[in-house]
Amino acid sequence: MAEEAGKKPNAFLRFLTVVGTPVQSFISYVGGLSIMTWNTVIAYLKPPYDWREIIKQIDYLGVRGLPIAIIASMFIGGVMVLQLSYSLATFGAKTFVGALLGIALVRWLSPVLMALLVGGRVAAGISAELGSMVLAEQIDAMRSLGANPLRKLVAPRVIACTFFIFPLTTMLADVLGITGGLITAVVTTHQDPQFFMNNVKNYLDYKDIFSGWGKTFFFGYFIAIIGCYQGLNTTGGTEGLGKSTTATVVIIMVTILISDFFLTKFFFFLMS
Amino acid sequence: MGAPDNDKEPIIEFKDVHKSFGKNYVHKGINLAIYRGETIALIGGSGQGKTVLLKELTGLMYPDQGRVIVEGKDVTRMREKELLDIRKDVGFLFQGAALFDSLNVKENIAYSLREHFKLDNEEIERRVTEKLKLVGLGDPAVAKLMPEELSGGMKKRVGLARAIATDPKIIIYDEPTTGLDPTNVRRINNMIRYLQEKLGVTSIGVTHDMESIFEFADRIAMIWKGKIIGVGTVEEMRNSDDDIIREFIAGTLPMDDI
Repeated sequence: MAEEAGKKPNAFLRFLTVVGTPVQSFISYVGGLSIMTWNTVIAYLKPPYDWREIIKQIDYLGVRGLPIAIIASMFIGGVMVLQLSYSLATFGAKTFVGALLGIALVRWLSPVLMALLVGGRVAAGISAELGSMVLAEQIDAMRSLGANPLRKLVAPRVIACTFFIFPLTTMLADVLGITGGLITAVVTTHQDPQFFMNNVKNYLDYKDIFSGWGKTFFFGYFIAIIGCYQGLNTTGGTEGLGKSTTATVVIIMVTILISDFFLTKFFFFLMS
Repeated sequence: MGAPDNDKEPIIEFKDVHKSFGKNYVHKGINLAIYRGETIALIGGSGQGKTVLLKELTGLMYPDQGRVIVEGKDVTRMREKELLDIRKDVGFLFQGAALFDSLNVKENIAYSLREHFKLDNEEIERRVTEKLKLVGLGDPAVAKLMPEELSGGMKKRVGLARAIATDPKIIIYDEPTTGLDPTNVRRINNMIRYLQEKLGVTSIGVTHDMESIFEFADRIAMIWKGKIIGVGTVEEMRNSDDDIIREFIAGTLPMDDI
């Protein structure tokens, strides 16, 4: 009896540990991100604002990520037209290629792909930069010289990503993706460009644009705050820096893919 | 020199400070008083939490338990905003100098001047030049160099110029001479002495370089296994009754013990 009574809680405790540990680390991670966001907002409330630093980050993180955004979006648009023309032809609906391309790109593909491709690069960059600053004691130096790293480092990166880099890159990706699709449609499936573009425009309404674009602000915020959090919590020397940068990319990918699901639901709800 | 009298008020006090990182206890009740105007060297083996102690002094790290009093104020109970006032009075020379890579020498030194005070550019320029001259880098071309263009010794000296930019009352040196050539070691030691004698600053230095300690320190405090096991003048520590202190200073303590 006593032995049985002793075994049961053990198994139960083991179960709790197996389930509880990841849940606990997830909650403490989200808590860490929330506290950091709150403290950054508080630290940034008081002027003066350093616009030059925000512009520098837009250039450093955003403009330098443009080549990958341009190449990816044009080819994705092209490939989609190829695939859609092939599959839609079976239903005799080949004329809707433009409509489907426009909706798929604007509502879903552009925001998510830009967040994954450009975002992975941006977050890894932020994490590595801030992580090396931590290891070189530059963050401590900054604090001891009277500056707040949240205000000086985190805020400009979050503002640049949330309000500028991802909304603008996605907008560009929408335009370039449709352009890539248009070129492919004209060259390979010999569609009339005017017809193709009318098709895109007729089936794309402001709700599609709003719900696709609205996500980019959330993605931008996630990318910047996770990059900063990972960077500022780097420990364990150069090996730790490598680990935290790799982890950043994985966390960003998972966050974008999962949050996309809930954001899609959220915008459906908002638009209905 | 700055050897303390008993009736002197301490400028810094560590009172029963405990600190652990996970299961690793680095401080198990540190008690230490540092007096105004003296230069004290903290010694002890690697991983004994000497740097942590320095960081607790300016609120860069918090102890788990105990108090750190700087100029009569308890640093451990301060918020980041309140700590700014303390940090204005404390210069910190970090181990690797910790210069900001994206800023040139001038902007590195001007950093705290811009953060703490509303000074015009001319005044900042004047102070930067003055501090650079003080650390023996008077050549105007140096001010425009980026940290990556500096040698190790120059980095340390720029770090020192940055630490003293706001004319602090307390200067913290974390391994100021490690990795430097003998000329630069002597230069830094002379600087530490100069700042104490001419400007009356209180200095706390962590170093493994005994030669340097004999040159600049008024007192030595030794951390061992989480506690301060001895404090005294250089002579007192050299002739200490404690075998560990004597052997550590003489460099004859077996490696296993460190």
